Amino acid sequence: MIVESGHYALILACTLSLVQGIFPLYGALTGRGRLMRLSAPTAYGQFFFVSIAFGALMYAFIVSDFSVVNVAKNSHTLKPMLYKVSATWGNHEGSILLWALILALYGAAVAFFGRKLPKTLYVKVLSIQALIGLGFYLFLLLTSNPFERLYPFPMEGSGLNPLLQDPGLAFHPPLLYLGYVGLSVTFSFAVGALIEGRVDAAWARWVRPWTLLAWCFLTAGITLGSWWAYYELGWGGWWFWDPVENASFMPWLVATALLHSAIVVEKRDTLKAWTILLAIIAFSFSLLGTFIVRSGVLTSVHAFATDPERGVFILAFLFLVIGGSLLLFALRADKLQAGGLFAPISRESMLVINNLLLSVAAMVVMFGTLYPLLRDALTGDKITVGPPFFNLAFGFLMIPLLLVMGLGPSASWKRADLAGIVSRLGFVFATSLVAALAFFYMLGGGEIMAAVWLGLGLWLMAATFYEWADRVKLFKVNAMKRIRRQPRASVGMSFGHLGLAIAVLGMAGSSYWGTEQQKIMAYGDEINIGGYDVNFRDTNGIIGPNYTAVRGAFDIRKNGKIVATLEPEARLFSTPPMPTTEAAIYSTLMGDLFIVIGEANNKTYDQWAVRLYYKPLQTWLWGGVVVMVFGGFISLSDRRFRMGAAKKKIN
Amino acid sequence: MKKFIPFAIFCFISLALFTGLSLNPGNIPSELINDPIPEFSLPIVGGESLGFSSTDVKAEEEVIIINFFASWCAPCYVEHPFLMELKNQGYKIYGISYKDKARDTNRFIKEQGNPYYKIAADEDGRVAINFGVYGVPETYVIQDGIIRYKHAGPIHEMDFEDKFLPIIKRMGE
Repeated sequence: MIVESGHYALILACTLSLVQGIFPLYGALTGRGRLMRLSAPTAYGQFFFVSIAFGALMYAFIVSDFSVVNVAKNSHTLKPMLYKVSATWGNHEGSILLWALILALYGAAVAFFGRKLPKTLYVKVLSIQALIGLGFYLFLLLTSNPFERLYPFPMEGSGLNPLLQDPGLAFHPPLLYLGYVGLSVTFSFAVGALIEGRVDAAWARWVRPWTLLAWCFLTAGITLGSWWAYYELGWGGWWFWDPVENASFMPWLVATALLHSAIVVEKRDTLKAWTILLAIIAFSFSLLGTFIVRSGVLTSVHAFATDPERGVFILAFLFLVIGGSLLLFALRADKLQAGGLFAPISRESMLVINNLLLSVAAMVVMFGTLYPLLRDALTGDKITVGPPFFNLAFGFLMIPLLLVMGLGPSASWKRADLAGIVSRLGFVFATSLVAALAFFYMLGGGEIMAAVWLGLGLWLMAATFYEWADRVKLFKVNAMKRIRRQPRASVGMSFGHLGLAIAVLGMAGSSYWGTEQQKIMAYGDEINIGGYDVNFRDTNGIIGPNYTAVRGAFDIRKNGKIVATLEPEARLFSTPPMPTTEAAIYSTLMGDLFIVIGEANNKTYDQWAVRLYYKPLQTWLWGGVVVMVFGGFISLSDRRFRMGAAKKKIN
Repeated sequence: MKKFIPFAIFCFISLALFTGLSLNPGNIPSELINDPIPEFSLPIVGGESLGFSSTDVKAEEEVIIINFFASWCAPCYVEHPFLMELKNQGYKIYGISYKDKARDTNRFIKEQGNPYYKIAADEDGRVAINFGVYGVPETYVIQDGIIRYKHAGPIHEMDFEDKFLPIIKRMGE
């Protein structure tokens, strides 16, 4: 009964989105206030009903109602409660329902927080938001109904992929979707502005917080996924340029560009058409990512052949939304008059460089991801594009980006004095160069690119600090007062850039100085890696809630003293039967010691295949991202972004 | 006009994605297309005497088909009636039974009918490896001892019309 209510609520939400998408928009275009007033209540109602639908599905998972196909296929009574709950979105139908839920959540949030927006823009934004929602509701109801019943129903479900039974991954999709879908708001604002034919500083100020919010979630979501791959897959890597990873990375790159170009629109009233285009593209990449992941066109071998309906539906939807908005852009972009002019050396131009590099980077990632598909479609050749391509092409673009990132904040608007910047930051640059070479030498040399990345990380860190110190006049009287009075947005910027600098150092450390050993170890064997002595003590069999496992015990010594005991596990799940590895990691500020235990080498079970990695500065990568996201949220709390304050400023 | 560029790029990508949807990722091409068939010489099923060899195949003047099959392979049963039909249409099919016991192969042929011109046994699967066989059934179109086409999985009538016939026709010219 509850399940049917969920299904019914979903149909109601679908109907409401149709109403919200058409009538208020018609009202706004023809000036009928009464129709326009439908916007907000339908937005709230839609959110209310999708919540019921989502709650109903979650309930079915919690009580293990196997008469629902989706539950029977993806759950199991013996699964821990957390994974019963997370199984709600751990499958195709459920994850699309989560998409729709978050979309409606954002819609309701815009309806609530955007009350002060000009009425016609407000209505248009909400209508577009609703029309996107309509697409997803129809997709759910027509091709991927999560509430489908099964009769006769099985006594037990077939279980959730054990790799996904992990706290990191339980929260990865919701965070990622909060990011993906958050970009829909920016998109709706962009299309709304195109219909209105007006983009101004106020528009940029309304759009920025939504973009920033989406960006924060997207950053956190991507990193959580990467972190999961790092410790759960046990390959010792954290980024594989896999199509699914790329699918989330492309919108991130464009959203980052958008974040910066919106500043130019807000402060200098220029780059409008470009910013609108970025807003459209950012969300287009979100949709494209969903298409890639959900249609199985790139990753999975058989997913698509079984259900052509879904792929065609998403593609048609993609074509309507993206194609429609890009066409609208082509027709209307000329209406957006460019405002302030700027010199070739200015903060604007630095931000333009940032935008170009980020957009080209996104294109490179898109090209690498789709090239095998294009090639197959055009010539029938089967190829794969691997990490060497991405590392080279993407890395090449990041070098100038990081260089400009250090300079940009120090440049003034309109026209900056290059000689002045160079004379101020030249010293910082030289220092970071020397420091990089010193570290390079200390870490034992290696590839020259390693020194380059190290240098870039240090440069960005030093330049960011220098700019901040200069801004607050750190060494003059009353510095504390000035530090406290800094606008939150600029504090956030400093943290954001600092976080990236830290993360770059972490990436360089773990990529270039990481070491790896694969050994058959017997009890009592000792291995030296990354300055640690690792002693294999023994193994134990253990029984978990829905798996059995072998747990190894490794004593870690540094300079003869035991600093930790690591217990990696090799698990064998029962439903579905599948082995997984649980790596054990000893993290310090200097690096991660990472141990994976594999299979027994002999019948007496006292020799085991063991993989050990030492990843210098790995924690810096995760820490850096935390600092970045922290910066994003600080910036989000800036007074300027609160609607009331914004309004006063415009008047 | 330049404002239309993003739209044009997008149209191109969606066209490619649309084509991509209808592609079968399981369709794996052979490295050996347009290469001569590997040298082999296989015995008859359950015997020592020669079934057929690469020399026999190369000596053929018409386009012939080599089909790898096994009695333990379910899709082979699906494919079999169509092979019978091909035989009736006059195609010359060489059959290679792959990693199968002689008794089982004979029973399979007896029950299902014999579409093959000649049958040989590849018991250890060595010849199949040289042909680049992923799994049975797999079918090769050969002309003058050169591999012209490879089909993995059972052949349906549609596959034959869409994929085999154009190649066979082209070679006939």
